[in-house]
Amino acid sequence: MTAAQEFEKVLDKSDATVASFDQHRTPLERAQHFLHGNPAAVPLIVLVLSVSVFGAILGAKFFFALPLILQQVAISAIIGAAQTLVILTAGIDLSVGAIMVLSSVVMGQFTFRYGLPAPVSILCGFGCGALCGWLNGALIARMKLPPFIVTLGTWQIILAGNFLYSANETIRSQDIAEQAPLLQLFHGNAIIAAMFLLVFLLWHVLNHTAWGRHVYAIGDDPDAAELSGVRVKRVLVQVYVLSGVICALAGWVLIGRLGSVSPTSGQLANIESITAVVIGGISLFGGRGSILGMIFGALIVGVFQLGLRMIGTDPQWTYLLIGVLIIAAVAIDQWIRKVAA
Amino acid sequence: MQPILTARGLVKRYGRVTALDHADFDLYPGEILAVIGDNGAGKSSLIKAICGAITPDEGEITLEGRVLKFRTPMEARIAGIETVYQNLALSPALSITDNMFLGREIRKAGPLGRWLRMLDRPAMAKVARDKLSELGLMTIQNIGQAVETLSGGQRQGVAVARAAAFGSKVVIMDEPTAALGVKESRRVLELILDVKRRGLPIVLISHNMPHVFEVADRVHIHRLGRRLAVIDPKKFSMSDAVAMMTGAMKPPEATAH
Amino acid sequence: MKSTLRSMLLGAGLLGIASAAPALGGEVGACLITKTDTNPFFVKMKEGATAKAAELGVTLKAYAGKIDGDNESQVAAMESCIADGAKGILLVPSDSKAIVDAVKKARDAGILVIALDTPLDPIDAADSTFATDNFKAGELIGAWAKAQLGDASKDAKIAYLDLNPSQPTVDVLRDQGFMTGFGIDVKDANKIGDEDDARNVCHDVTNGNEEGGRAAMENCLTREPAINVVYTINEPAAAGAFEALKAAGREKDVLVVSVDGGCPGVKNVAAGIIGATSQQYPLLMAAMGIEAIKKFADTGEKPKLTEGKNFFDTGAALVTDKPAAGVESIDTKAGTEKCWG
Repeated sequence: MTAAQEFEKVLDKSDATVASFDQHRTPLERAQHFLHGNPAAVPLIVLVLSVSVFGAILGAKFFFALPLILQQVAISAIIGAAQTLVILTAGIDLSVGAIMVLSSVVMGQFTFRYGLPAPVSILCGFGCGALCGWLNGALIARMKLPPFIVTLGTWQIILAGNFLYSANETIRSQDIAEQAPLLQLFHGNAIIAAMFLLVFLLWHVLNHTAWGRHVYAIGDDPDAAELSGVRVKRVLVQVYVLSGVICALAGWVLIGRLGSVSPTSGQLANIESITAVVIGGISLFGGRGSILGMIFGALIVGVFQLGLRMIGTDPQWTYLLIGVLIIAAVAIDQWIRKVAA
Repeated sequence: MQPILTARGLVKRYGRVTALDHADFDLYPGEILAVIGDNGAGKSSLIKAICGAITPDEGEITLEGRVLKFRTPMEARIAGIETVYQNLALSPALSITDNMFLGREIRKAGPLGRWLRMLDRPAMAKVARDKLSELGLMTIQNIGQAVETLSGGQRQGVAVARAAAFGSKVVIMDEPTAALGVKESRRVLELILDVKRRGLPIVLISHNMPHVFEVADRVHIHRLGRRLAVIDPKKFSMSDAVAMMTGAMKPPEATAH
Repeated sequence: MKSTLRSMLLGAGLLGIASAAPALGGEVGACLITKTDTNPFFVKMKEGATAKAAELGVTLKAYAGKIDGDNESQVAAMESCIADGAKGILLVPSDSKAIVDAVKKARDAGILVIALDTPLDPIDAADSTFATDNFKAGELIGAWAKAQLGDASKDAKIAYLDLNPSQPTVDVLRDQGFMTGFGIDVKDANKIGDEDDARNVCHDVTNGNEEGGRAAMENCLTREPAINVVYTINEPAAAGAFEALKAAGREKDVLVVSVDGGCPGVKNVAAGIIGATSQQYPLLMAAMGIEAIKKFADTGEKPKLTEGKNFFDTGAALVTDKPAAGVESIDTKAGTEKCWG
């Protein structure tokens, strides 16, 4: 012990258990700590509950429809994966849907307008997604502009570019099937496989690589991350580029799902992806949450949509309930954060 | 004995304000050097220049006789200067291990590390555990728990352990006790002495005179953007130091170099 | 260049006549306000209006909402047109009730307002309405589907893929028209979904695009796998529905009917994806609208209504390659010549 100050002498007599933990917790506090360590648990519980409730009401018919739900949520889950990366850095990307549609249009039009082979067009589509993402990332990381404003702008720009370039021409499913079937690679179960593979890959990257840890650290506290040696700007640009590439993948999957290349699709994809992310328990303030939560969030939306439709309620009830879920998810996020105090 | 870290004639201007006015600085091996000064005296600019957070307009910094120019904190860290920032620079939601290794993670050997770029969690956890134990911080039971679940003193402990684990030449601590209670401050002072015993020189920036006079070997008094004097805390009282710091007393001619 | 010059001279000549009439001065200005400027239907409409305006020497300004349902932009456009001193406004209302006040302001300012494609509510809020008879369009495909099925029509299982939950007029008219043509009691002809005929097994909404069409068809198939007739609000929804049917292996034995007559839609009829579609003529609507404005500006005469209807019918034709007895139709070759988009 160092020579203490005069007034500190009494400390020797005081309770020595400063740094240890208070092990007596109420069940509620224990739940809070569990959820803090397992951010995907809440959406998982909600998902299991909602599947059970709809299953009880609708019977076997509902369970047969589960693969269908997976197909229906695949696009918003893939876009949601891109959104997850961005939101983990405490950003937001409003342009995801626009990037998806523009990439799918590039894949389609490059094949049909310029006669490029399908694999080349698909690569161009991915390039287009990466370029859009790079634009977002450069403006946000290098120019220090707020992500909301930047992507609000690029959303409009990319969407307008999409309509100007495509002249709103739909490429028919049958033409694609005849001339470039590779564009329709993702259909049926391949869509589901693409979604799960992507989410698993990103889960690995986020949790088991240095880059993934850096993404979390940036969202948590960018200044602390910078001082700890994370190259914040570079990682941020990489996050937005990767987000753009994932959106391009979503564009490819979208062609498979719709059969056709339709420049008017995906108008609400940004909102749907943010919804999945938020219901999935990922904090909009960055640095917290699991990508698995996002996929549960997307599935919850899908289960509610199809379940309520099968019961035969007015579709507006779905939106109402999803609104309630969003607010509940954010409230739970705030509560879990208090564990730190 | 040669100083391990020196600065000569550092100048830093922000517009018309001169934060550093030809400031000098010397740190000797194995010592605890306290840096004190009134608010606005430019002591934080001095420290930022040394740890790479700002680049001085003029002057040079030498580490073990070699002239270095830091453009980022990362470059200073690579050179062996670790800093414990006042805000600690920890990511609250990440675990203790992840925080300690942020920016210098250990990857698994073999294809898992090379191709999947997988982190070697067990190896990192072991190092983290060892470092915390060395500093007597193993009241932290779970190395995987998030930093935000720790108390203020424990967080400080993690930040100090990180600096001590990777700082090969110099550790800088900026106001390590400012946000802590009486008991936690005491533990952190012990930590500082632990680090010193392991042979690392420490630069301690603090407003807390009792703490400074308790642990420092020498006290660097900064005033009006430059070094006013370096005094031996055993020969001067706290009120002398405060008087010099505020300009109420002239510094002694021969300073404790 | 030459033709531009000629039309300018022609326009100048007409202007000379116009300015000679004391009550009317200056050039004839007209506005075209559409729901969006991305939907090919409105693109074609603008094309028709622009061509006719150039021919008649009318100065045309085009406005559009940002998305379908964007009333604010349309109100702003109406105000701009009034301020601009336009003689007439062609309006495709996004919200047929909400725009009525703005329309009244324009008419009070002495401007001729013609609703195109979608009637206002009430319909006489505009000076006239140039539209497809949507009820008739629905009736045509309903009658055709009934004739194709023959006796089996008594046991048909019909899915209705409508537009959106707010049931806009066009949605109701086509849907109820189809039922009338098929011989189903519509109960309240202003409401979708109040029927009790057992053949109606599913109603769902599509937002009129491929994405919505596919999801709605999937939802209906989970509720009733034995569906064999699908009514769709338009051809993009039909294309989406076909993808869902294909995924379920039902594309060969389900009859899909639609309304619109866009070129991709007609192609889909030729390919057998859509059984029959009712074709409408947006170009004609717009061209006739410009003519009416010109006439009003020159003589003060307002357009007349089609006999027995409270609007001016611009016609609809059934396009199919499998003509049915008792239902007048044109083949896809003739349909392709007249198609839009």
